[in-house]
Amino acid sequence: MKTMKLMATSALAALTGLSPALAQVTELGAGEGQVNIVAWPGYIERGETDKAFDWVTKFEEATGCKVNVKTANTSDEMVALMNEGGFDLVTASGDASLRLVAGKRVQPVNTDLIPSWSKVDDRLKDAPWFTVEGTHYGVPYMWGPNVLMYNTEVFKEAPKSWSVVFEEQVLPDGQSNKGRVQAYDGPIHIADAAQYLMAHKPDLGITNPYELSDAQYAAALDLLRGQRMLVSRYWHDAFIQIDDFKNEGVVASGSWPFQVNLLKADGQPVASTIPEEGATGWADTTMMHAEAEHPNCAYLWMEHTLSSNLQSDLAVWFGANPSVPAACTDGSGMSTKESCHDNGMDDFDRIRFWTTPVSKCAQGECVPYYRWVSDYIGVIGGR
Amino acid sequence: MIAPAILPARGAGDRLTGLFWRRPAVLVALLILPPLLWLGVIYLGALAALLLQSFYAIDEFSGIVVPEFTLKTYAELLRAQNLDIILRTALMAAAVTLASAVLAFPIAYYAARYARGGWKAAFYLGVMLPLWSSYLVKVYAWKLILAKEGILGWAASATGTGFLIDGLLAIPGFEGSSLSTSPFGTFLVFTYVWLPYMILPMQAALERVPASMLEASADLGATRAQTFRTVVLPLALPGVIAGSIFTFSLTLGDYIIPQIVGNSANFIGMAVYQLQGTAGNIPLAAAFAVVPIVIMLAYLWLAKKAGAFDAL
Repeated sequence: MKTMKLMATSALAALTGLSPALAQVTELGAGEGQVNIVAWPGYIERGETDKAFDWVTKFEEATGCKVNVKTANTSDEMVALMNEGGFDLVTASGDASLRLVAGKRVQPVNTDLIPSWSKVDDRLKDAPWFTVEGTHYGVPYMWGPNVLMYNTEVFKEAPKSWSVVFEEQVLPDGQSNKGRVQAYDGPIHIADAAQYLMAHKPDLGITNPYELSDAQYAAALDLLRGQRMLVSRYWHDAFIQIDDFKNEGVVASGSWPFQVNLLKADGQPVASTIPEEGATGWADTTMMHAEAEHPNCAYLWMEHTLSSNLQSDLAVWFGANPSVPAACTDGSGMSTKESCHDNGMDDFDRIRFWTTPVSKCAQGECVPYYRWVSDYIGVIGGR
Repeated sequence: MIAPAILPARGAGDRLTGLFWRRPAVLVALLILPPLLWLGVIYLGALAALLLQSFYAIDEFSGIVVPEFTLKTYAELLRAQNLDIILRTALMAAAVTLASAVLAFPIAYYAARYARGGWKAAFYLGVMLPLWSSYLVKVYAWKLILAKEGILGWAASATGTGFLIDGLLAIPGFEGSSLSTSPFGTFLVFTYVWLPYMILPMQAALERVPASMLEASADLGATRAQTFRTVVLPLALPGVIAGSIFTFSLTLGDYIIPQIVGNSANFIGMAVYQLQGTAGNIPLAAAFAVVPIVIMLAYLWLAKKAGAFDAL
């Protein structure tokens, strides 16, 4: 039913057209005593999971705004929660943010009221996943790449190309990659295949892996059908992948820095790289509900996300990259130049951030996401 | 002084009691209303909403659900890749049910007819115990047991019987780089997880088979095999069918086990899960969800025809 509601709002948005005419806050008053946030698990820590990771307590003490967090495990859940209302902020990913804007669930953010806005990474300031017609619908929170994780005992040098997971070949240890590589068990992986084809089959003319014509899409599916022969199990859950690297003899796979860091911490011989083709990635934004009941605390929190130890410590905690570049070096938290580099901070330009494929695109008509889903199910089923 | 036989009503409670006494139908209606509402609105209503959704279709261009009656979604359901999923799931459910029945029968038979006192309690406990621990923990544990570098693989290589696993994994349909990535592993875990649901109803049915009938059968000169075939099995069949309904429908609907153990090929539940998410293809998800209902109805009808419920 949640999704039905969601469909209803997106239908409504499509009917009425996108007209961002919502008023934004022009001045801040005193805090309202609390702020309700929908967030990814692990995004808002108050030192309860690990004492060293706390970016809430000080905020509550300084502003008097109590932070209430509701975690959500998927983008759809986030959109549904925002549709229900009762929340002030959400840490929306690129596949949810524009839906929230289209559904008028979020309001424009007045960046003049956020002093630290100037510190935000210039590469993110006008990012298309939260900026519509020049209006900012939030402030950047975190971003990260989908890296290629590999076993350092098999690969003495980092693999240069994603081909190790896409095409059958003999790996440096003399054995085939068949049954020893993994791929993501989500339709969005088609974009990784398309990105690989951008580099290796330029005549297909792919310019954006999320906007594929029928022919480009078919080529990507073909590549993935070949990959099915190599993959004995697709990964879905980060911890299953961690287990597969430990116990299943998997030596290479697309992954997140999160798994890489956990495996490294466990003493496993793994490392990660972004191969020459580049990588896909995710970027999250703190967005504010259109009918937020605690706008002042919400603005204070948005400022806090950029100005405190949050960026620096969360980057370490989550294996992600801060939206404030200074957080890597200013000592506000645990991040260092090296840790940021490991998480992909310097590879921004090589990352194509996840957006939901829609039928209306730059080249006219593209294959929409729901077809990605049914076809990827077919590919994994051996069709 | 003699108290009057009929006391005046002492408030609302008394008047209500009077009403119930004079019109018992009101009481019945009041008592039955909440469960009826639950069954009718929440239970069947949700099913009806699901069914309705499956007759809508997603607009090819915008990806928005069009709330108009159409059979397009069902046509889509019959595409080769979707039929694969249905067939795969039904085959797995059938295999799991058969294996569970074969494994469960001797256990249930012994527990029902031979185990006494402490042993009986131990049997009940042994069967129920796995149900008390978390389902996820059990599935993850099996993933480890079956992993390439897991305990089974280790034991096989230590005893030089690795060829057995390799041979199993070479059988068409069972291919995988280890048991935990092979459909056979999925089958093992399904069977393990659902087995108690087969044993318990079977045991209950076997306990109700009167010993006098077995004696009569023996008195009339039937061999043990004949008694089993003509007396025990028909009388216990409702229990077997009840158990098989559990194992069959549970396997049809599960989407977690095949995600953790197996080769990632989709089962009905996984397909529903993926289709209803960001894809927003609720109609197809609903159509997929109708499939187990249809399969179960067909199964029950067949079981009824075969006389499985005659002994009820």
